[in-house]
Amino acid sequence: MWRFIGSRLLQAIPVLFVVITLTFFLVRFAPGGPFSSEKSVVPEVKRALEAQYHLDQPLIVQYGSYLNDIAHGNFGPSFKYPGRSVNELIAAGLPATAELGFYALFVSVIVGMAAGIIAALNQNTWRDHVPMAAAMLGICMPAFLLGPLMVLVFGLWLEWLPVSGWGEVPGDKILPSLTLGAAYAAYVARLTRSGMLEVLSQDYIRTARAKGLPEYVVVMKHALRGGVIPVVSFLGPAFAGLLSGSFVVETIFQVPGLGRFFVQAAFNRDYTLILGSTVFFAVLIVVFNLLSDVLAAWLNPRLRNGLSNP
Amino acid sequence: MISVRALLVISLMTLTACSGGINRVDQGIRDQILHFGNGTEPQGIDPHTTTGIPEHHIEQALFEGLVGKDPNTLEPVPGVAESWEVSADGRIYRFHLRHDARWSNGDAITAEDFRWSWWRGLQPALGNEYAYMLYPIKNAEAYATGKLTDFSQVGVRVIDPYTLEVELTAITPYFMQLLDHESMFPVPRATIEKYGTPTDRFSLWTRPGNMVSNGPFRLSEWKLYKYVRLEKNPYYWDAAKVKLNGIVFYPTENTITEERMYRSKQLHITSSIPLDKVPVYQANRPHELHIEPYLGSYYYMINVKRPGLNDARVRRALAMAIDRDSLIKNVLGGVNFPAYSMTPPGTGGYQPPILFKFDPKGARQLLAEAGYPDGKGLPKIEILYNTNESHRKIAVALQQMWKTNLNIDVTMLNQEWKVYLDSRDSLDYSVARAAWIGDYVDPDTFLNMWVTGGGNNDTGWSNAQYDDLVQHQIPAMHTQKERMAGFYKAETILMEEMPIIPIYIYSTKYLVHPSVKGIPNNILDHYVFKHVYLEPET
Amino acid sequence: MMSREFTQYYEQGTSLWQDAWIRLRKNRLAVIGGMLLIIITLLCLLAPVVSPYGYEQQDLVLGAAKPSLHHWLGTDVFGRDLFTRILYGGRISLMVGMIATLVALIIGVTWGAIAGYAGGRIDALMMRFVDIVYALPFMIFVVLLMVVFGRNLLLLFIVIGGVEWLTMARIVRSQVQGLKQLEFIEAAVSLGLSNWNIIRRHLIPNAIGPVIVYTTLTIPSVMLLEAFISFLGLGIQPPQSSWGSLIADGVDTMEEFPWLLIFPGLMLSLSLFALNFLGDGLRDALDVRTSKD
Repeated sequence: MWRFIGSRLLQAIPVLFVVITLTFFLVRFAPGGPFSSEKSVVPEVKRALEAQYHLDQPLIVQYGSYLNDIAHGNFGPSFKYPGRSVNELIAAGLPATAELGFYALFVSVIVGMAAGIIAALNQNTWRDHVPMAAAMLGICMPAFLLGPLMVLVFGLWLEWLPVSGWGEVPGDKILPSLTLGAAYAAYVARLTRSGMLEVLSQDYIRTARAKGLPEYVVVMKHALRGGVIPVVSFLGPAFAGLLSGSFVVETIFQVPGLGRFFVQAAFNRDYTLILGSTVFFAVLIVVFNLLSDVLAAWLNPRLRNGLSNP
Repeated sequence: MISVRALLVISLMTLTACSGGINRVDQGIRDQILHFGNGTEPQGIDPHTTTGIPEHHIEQALFEGLVGKDPNTLEPVPGVAESWEVSADGRIYRFHLRHDARWSNGDAITAEDFRWSWWRGLQPALGNEYAYMLYPIKNAEAYATGKLTDFSQVGVRVIDPYTLEVELTAITPYFMQLLDHESMFPVPRATIEKYGTPTDRFSLWTRPGNMVSNGPFRLSEWKLYKYVRLEKNPYYWDAAKVKLNGIVFYPTENTITEERMYRSKQLHITSSIPLDKVPVYQANRPHELHIEPYLGSYYYMINVKRPGLNDARVRRALAMAIDRDSLIKNVLGGVNFPAYSMTPPGTGGYQPPILFKFDPKGARQLLAEAGYPDGKGLPKIEILYNTNESHRKIAVALQQMWKTNLNIDVTMLNQEWKVYLDSRDSLDYSVARAAWIGDYVDPDTFLNMWVTGGGNNDTGWSNAQYDDLVQHQIPAMHTQKERMAGFYKAETILMEEMPIIPIYIYSTKYLVHPSVKGIPNNILDHYVFKHVYLEPET
Repeated sequence: MMSREFTQYYEQGTSLWQDAWIRLRKNRLAVIGGMLLIIITLLCLLAPVVSPYGYEQQDLVLGAAKPSLHHWLGTDVFGRDLFTRILYGGRISLMVGMIATLVALIIGVTWGAIAGYAGGRIDALMMRFVDIVYALPFMIFVVLLMVVFGRNLLLLFIVIGGVEWLTMARIVRSQVQGLKQLEFIEAAVSLGLSNWNIIRRHLIPNAIGPVIVYTTLTIPSVMLLEAFISFLGLGIQPPQSSWGSLIADGVDTMEEFPWLLIFPGLMLSLSLFALNFLGDGLRDALDVRTSKD
């Protein structure tokens, strides 16, 4: 097991290297630089700006010094926000994003798995159809629809909850967490249901039932273990996505998170911030995909052999 | 398992500890704190490295130039300078600084502060995008572009600690207006040098605790993507007249969210209002809707190098086939004004020529004269616009108008902002949406840009007579009457050639809570925060 | 020479699909779902016949009007008939939904199955490739593609398919990894079946449950992703519409003109429910283990 984790972490180095290299050159080839604007910048000023950020050096030199900086944990200065470093921007946005991500994950796992299990145990009855219809609704309702709708109902009509903000007044975290969690909950519910159905028809579950074990033991201890494996595979990248912020939810609810910086960075061609956000996300992907694979192996003994040869 | 349960309990507690929300508007009225929807997170608040309108708002509250503007008439009013004289030839200005002007740390402001600030603003290495606002000053352009390295030859002289003399290249009637622009504000030398070199864009001098400014307000708190909070500056020379105790600027990118924040009493002022909400407010709460003409033109640029579009008759036909009144009434919520010229009428007392009107019949005739009867044979036209709700709406409406009135098929292409700028810049389009907001109240800011090779003339259009008028004849003119006649002549050429199709004149449209007094009532939407205050509704 | 056992497997394979078809036809919900989908698709294809209006035909003076006899589902701010726009939009959305999902499905399932079955270095290499594609900045990628290849619908499908296959691959891989330890796969190996046949005949059919479910989940997200990509300039251009873009526009005016959100949303949900019932039916019908009973 430890060998497996160690080897996967070693594999992360080439992954990050490839991601950094590809992104570095991709963003440079995207049309429009960081300093183009509606009122076109005087050529002399543009040259001065490029010199300040070393954009006047050959690309390969820039690439080399970027790799060197990143090896020292320095993501460089942001182009769009003079006087701010990329490290600082990420540090500023991470707390709100992480908190929101955890709540959303919490909502999605609890609600989604419960709905999925209930549905699977009552296949083709109303207790299957109702939660699954709700899940479908959750999937059809993207955050850009659900968010404003909930604000309208709970914020403006009923006046139960604040329409925006994060950590300013009690209760302002509820709507963003629910909005972000809803879509994931729907995915989790659907995947749990199908995974459970798959497992429930297998021999070892029948054996367990035949042994006279109580139904909840069969379900929670035996069936759930195998049934949630697709969910776990899904949650790895999903959680990495949650932790890099959701632009839509953050702008709808005025949450001071990473998603707004990261998406704006791409629109602004803020090269260093794009790279910083990509590296940040790549690390999350590597870590959470690894966690999800380890968890899947722990849940399913049949996968454990796979761990010895990574 | 225990930890999971603990997490659950904690989360539920945080999530459900709910109350009805706060009412920042009423609390703000009690405390004289203005809650201001500011559009986006400011890039920064260093007047020399920022360009946008949100940054402009904050800097206008933090700093004060030599001369300010009256919020209603835009006439110059004393700022750091209490008086000034202009020489008989109109080229030399002498400013007398008030002795009680102070930085927010209590230090005195002297003429040297201005000289040094302008020196910094013109440093080629700093990359100040607004350096051109200082170009009317003698030799400023040569210095900023590196052609001149001796700053003592630039027309700024410190006569004594409280007297500053400025020499201009030519008569510039709008020079006094520029003094209130952020590129002309004084910046604190001691503070800037404490946190880095003067030309360093990466500096911590604008952080709370570090920053020193000289306006009615000073920086107290800055939470990224949450708010920028200013407090009253006790050292401001006119502090007795400042009524607000503070201003909080919010980055409200999503106008729909912003309108909802306003409705739930979280903001006193918004940065904008969604188009579809305008009729709703007009019907129910008209007094909260702030709609004023704004010094900006919305127009379509034409690539005059494209076959078909290289014929001025075709360009004029396109312009005449647009029903601007219908567009504004039915698509834009009726809040803008139709434009038939590049320069908005009334800019600095100027009345532009009106050379065409909505005339589908005349348009068809022109198109036929150009060799495309009933639109036949006209090469394909595509409207390029950057991704944005109202740009799209306008393009959809115009496409249909050109189809109905000229029988030509027009396609549409939206591009992400930077891609769009790139296409425009490299003339890779046939018709493109564009806009220009005037930097100062003078036709020059709208007409100067169309000279051959101008940085913002992305149409490929060039006219020697026009260039000569705008670049040589008008700057040499001495009276406003002469200048206005010159601009009229230039604009006549522009509208006959029509490399651009004027569509509408901008208007500012946003929401203002009835308690807010002293908001701007001028075409620059220029805020003078020292005059703004909150009054409980009666 | 073909071994007797192999032929047996082959025949069992065919009868599996036949069995599945019979069982699917017995599933009432699945049949309703399938029929509904066919009706919706036909309506969209026959839009010019069904509706007297053009999707770009404006009536600026009318503007946004409530549903009426003339305009069954109302009109948008340009006075365009919403019913017509939904039908034309359906063409785009259904096509994007089907084709892009198919792209994602084929790449994802093949990739995941090969990685899971091969294991070892090949698995590690393939899955790290997946990690890399996950991490690349999607928006920049879209903008670049648009600049290099220009704007076309085919590219839209590839781009969407190109991001949606990743999670599919992960799910299939973890399923296959579990399955390959089972006795019947070992039996197939000892019978001398080629690796490809084992993957195709035994591993993929046995992993079909999560695959079908994830596919039905992919279709709506693909349709909504299309709206975002069109927003960046790569997808469809106005005055054309799609369900995603109609919904995105409807959200902005949900208080003033609610019908502009409700009807496109209803149409999308209806199709997805139908699809979902069909998917569930398929899953049940194809469940090899229940079929053994």
